[in-house]
Amino acid sequence: MTDLRFTKDHEWVRLDGDLAVIGITDYAQSQLGDVVYVELPEIGRRVDQGKEAAVVESVKAASEVYAPVSGEVAEVNDALAADPAKVNADPMGEGWFVKLRLADPKQLDALMDEAAYQRFVEEQH
Amino acid sequence: MRYLPLTEADRGAMLKAIGVASIDALFAEVPAEARLDGLLDLPRVAGEIEVERAIGHMASRNLAAGAAPFFVGGGAYRHHVPAAVDHLIQRGEFLTSYTPYQPEISQGTLQYLFEFQTQVALLTGMEVANASMYDGATACAEAVMMANRVTGRKKAMLSGGLHPHYREVCATYARFVGFELTAQDPAPGADEDLVPLIDGETSCVVVQNPDFWGELHDWSALAEACHDQGALLVVAVTEIVSLGAVKPPGEMGADIVAAEGQSIGNALNFGGPYLGLFASRDRFIRQMPGRLVGQTVDAEGRRGWVLTLSTREQHIRRERATSNICTNSGLCALAFTIHLALLGEAGLVRLARLNHTAAVRLAERLELVPGVRLVNRRFFNEFTVRLPAPAAPVVEALAKKRVLAGIPASRLYPHRPELADLLLVAATETVTGDDIDRFEEGLREVLS
Amino acid sequence: MNDWSRALSVDRAEAQPGSGATFSGNRGLQIEEKLIFDEDGPGRCGVDLPEPPPFKARLGGIERHGPIGLPGLSEPQVIRHFTRLSQKNYAIDSGLYPLGSCTMKHNPRLSEKLARLPGLADIHPLQPLSTVPGALELIDKLAHWLKILTGMPAVALSPGAGAHGELCGMMTIRTALEARGDPRRRVLVPESAHGTNPATAAACGYAVDSIPANARGRVDGKALEAKLGPDVAALMLTNPNTCGLFEDEIVEIAAAVHRAGAFFYCDGANFNAIVGRVRPADLGIDCMHLNLHKTFSTPHGGGGPGSGPVMLAAGLAPYAPLPWLVHGANGLELVEHRAGPAEAAIGRLKGFHGQIGMFVRALAYMMSHGADGLRQVAEDAVLNANYLRVLLEGELSLPFPGPCMHEVLFDDRFLQDTGVTTLDFAKALIDEGYHPMTMYFPLIVHGAMLIEPTETESKATLDEFAAVVKSLADAAHAGDPARFRAAPMLVPRRRLDETAAARKPVLRWRPEPANREAAEAD
Repeated sequence: MTDLRFTKDHEWVRLDGDLAVIGITDYAQSQLGDVVYVELPEIGRRVDQGKEAAVVESVKAASEVYAPVSGEVAEVNDALAADPAKVNADPMGEGWFVKLRLADPKQLDALMDEAAYQRFVEEQH
Repeated sequence: MRYLPLTEADRGAMLKAIGVASIDALFAEVPAEARLDGLLDLPRVAGEIEVERAIGHMASRNLAAGAAPFFVGGGAYRHHVPAAVDHLIQRGEFLTSYTPYQPEISQGTLQYLFEFQTQVALLTGMEVANASMYDGATACAEAVMMANRVTGRKKAMLSGGLHPHYREVCATYARFVGFELTAQDPAPGADEDLVPLIDGETSCVVVQNPDFWGELHDWSALAEACHDQGALLVVAVTEIVSLGAVKPPGEMGADIVAAEGQSIGNALNFGGPYLGLFASRDRFIRQMPGRLVGQTVDAEGRRGWVLTLSTREQHIRRERATSNICTNSGLCALAFTIHLALLGEAGLVRLARLNHTAAVRLAERLELVPGVRLVNRRFFNEFTVRLPAPAAPVVEALAKKRVLAGIPASRLYPHRPELADLLLVAATETVTGDDIDRFEEGLREVLS
Repeated sequence: MNDWSRALSVDRAEAQPGSGATFSGNRGLQIEEKLIFDEDGPGRCGVDLPEPPPFKARLGGIERHGPIGLPGLSEPQVIRHFTRLSQKNYAIDSGLYPLGSCTMKHNPRLSEKLARLPGLADIHPLQPLSTVPGALELIDKLAHWLKILTGMPAVALSPGAGAHGELCGMMTIRTALEARGDPRRRVLVPESAHGTNPATAAACGYAVDSIPANARGRVDGKALEAKLGPDVAALMLTNPNTCGLFEDEIVEIAAAVHRAGAFFYCDGANFNAIVGRVRPADLGIDCMHLNLHKTFSTPHGGGGPGSGPVMLAAGLAPYAPLPWLVHGANGLELVEHRAGPAEAAIGRLKGFHGQIGMFVRALAYMMSHGADGLRQVAEDAVLNANYLRVLLEGELSLPFPGPCMHEVLFDDRFLQDTGVTTLDFAKALIDEGYHPMTMYFPLIVHGAMLIEPTETESKATLDEFAAVVKSLADAAHAGDPARFRAAPMLVPRRRLDETAAARKPVLRWRPEPANREAAEAD
């Protein structure tokens, strides 16, 4: 069972071996509307927790995607260039953005788990 | 008051419906010390007759280009605009419509802007163009800022042949937006070698074709040198009609073209409103400033158009916008589109030939005047001559003879004495043999 | 799945009784029109130009080779093409255009006539200034009117539109601060501000701090004071603000801003509400751009050209961009370089002298109205907006109860539980023959609907409009969301797929790829 964590900015992070996979949540994609473009970082770039890792654009909004944890960009989801709709269709799976080589695994502990995130989303309404 | 439909009876009924005794009650939140109780010290309402008389009088004090032999260029050119253009742009649905934010009821505007974007891309030999900017000079500054974004660098290099207003606008933006500019000195008649000046920190090199002095260049080698260093080539074009005869920047390897579209469809208007053209490559579209019109389909599958890629723009991205531009030059773009539709391929090519012929004839005649030397090796419809005396007084003297003889370089370069005897001269299809005769005669007289 | 695609299943016959498909694809006067590129007749030309005489070209080998690809059309085809395009547009000339903060007022045709006088249209910015004294006189007159109307001593005339004017204003402010050795890093902007404000501040190198609105829809004065400090360069405020409300604490706010050593910038987009009744200088404003294409009715033209002159207080005037028009020893002079009085100018923001063609139109408008007419403009603009407010406030939801200025703001609470969004409501208005009001702006209320009727609408128009809006609100409550989601139906194009347009941008026409015959022939 993969351990899924969430941020207050509606990013999720999941461990995949020694890489942290990052994306935006279902709530985030529904707020954005149809995703038209994703701007991904270059491989090898260092991102710090809470700083911009990617940009996701819909017709009506452009949103920064912040790194839930610090690390080095190991992989990016090139499939999003041809088909940004994956972010809407499968935000937690095929709509992933970036895989980071984790700098500090302990950063995950401070993030919300799934139950806490669901409560957080309910409070937004 | 002819523009105000409300009658006193209306106002009374409306105030009653609102539940206030007078209009002053609706201005109650204005601080007492700022309330104007009486009228400001300005004339009262005036009918059309009086307004026409007043403004007509101001107009009559000016020597219009059509009333004299006219050879003034320098970034704005006098061309004949067919009568149909002005009629069409004054149709109320074009003149009094707004930015096409509701595409279902703005397909007219969106379609002509799509046609405009295509025309600009075709003319410049580039892949994509936006829906216009304020003018060529601001388009040039925006091009530099775009090159900075694309390359991640902050040093731009400007050719000495770039129109001084374009250079000055770039300098203003550089100072406040925060990037570096190196501008080469103007060197009319000399060859400028920019290649050794490009390095790994250069974001772009900005050149102009024809340049400010009218000289023509092939910038292909420069484009390669830029690309070798990871820099972009920005080409400015101030006389868009030249692209009917001259190799376009796109074929020279330009990455961004910033041009002035005034020559097609738009009058001189003492400097504005003009029409900024902005074109680039497909791979850079998300870094482009300004509005973009894109093709799509509607709910019934019919082809239509919308404003697109708006997330780059100020109303969505706010602080992170590619530019703060909102209103641009819509009606001027329409005039351009209509005029160019009337000209078409054959017409533009012939128009360009007529311009070049006129300039060639003029150059040959001016070279006959003692002491006058042509500076250019090549030119399109504008060139520079060196006079045997400072050019500014010569131009003033010819103006008194009602000949508008061009622009003394000192008007734009007042602090460069070495340029003081240079005169910039343009000839378009509106120039007649008679005009050329009067220019030559007048020049001989003034110089003798 | 997009909302609009669900609309395809709506029974179209209900919304368009009696209309069927035609053979041509046209629907009566709604005529389908191809692109000019689809109508090419090679060699055809809509302009008769003489054959150039034989000559020796001096292009030096830099000729264009190969075609440009422009289509050839005759004059009748061009006129028909663009006439048909115009018929697909809504415009002020067609009907009420209630866009908030855009001031879609009637555009006087006298302005068009005067702007085309050869003595104004056919003069070149760089011909000898001695040959154009009337042009300088006109610019001077415009500057005079603007200074009296605003109470401010100086004006920078060259900016090309409002956003350009904002940039100009912020540049002068930054220069003034640097000149006194006190560069600052932050600019305060209300949350309700137009997007150009923060975009401009950021472009000028400032960090942007947002100030929330209070419960009355005005900028929160306490929050503002808390953010003021030695690091703040300026406050950018719109007054009346984008909720259509007068910032009643503006004088205190100006004082606080000045006490903190900062400048007070005002976005003048809403000047129509106060022209002739309030002078911005009296409110403590240091810098304000005006939109000639809003308050002074130069035509919107489908997106420009505009003109954004910037009024300047004495402390900022020395930094105005070039060129300057000054009253010299020998009359009016145009100062085009940094020298003499313009020593400290920030340089150029635009080529040549400014949007002179728009100055002619704005001056014609001002002179036609006069001091009394302009004051009446503000009063009728405010009256019309408040009249709509009272007609609609029973049905629609007002986030900020009480009188408004020249525009009235509603939010989407009245649509709660109807399944109809602000967007759907606006699209249904189109079928009723109206351009929608501004939607989703300002951002500080949910599903905003901002309505600015302007003073050039009659009471009858407002009565009709309000009646239609009420009917639509009733229809929304009657539980007919499908009708709204299918809207608009009676238009040249139904809802367009903006997602597809952004995912796979097609930004120009391209020629068809070579047909198979030609390929096989190779």
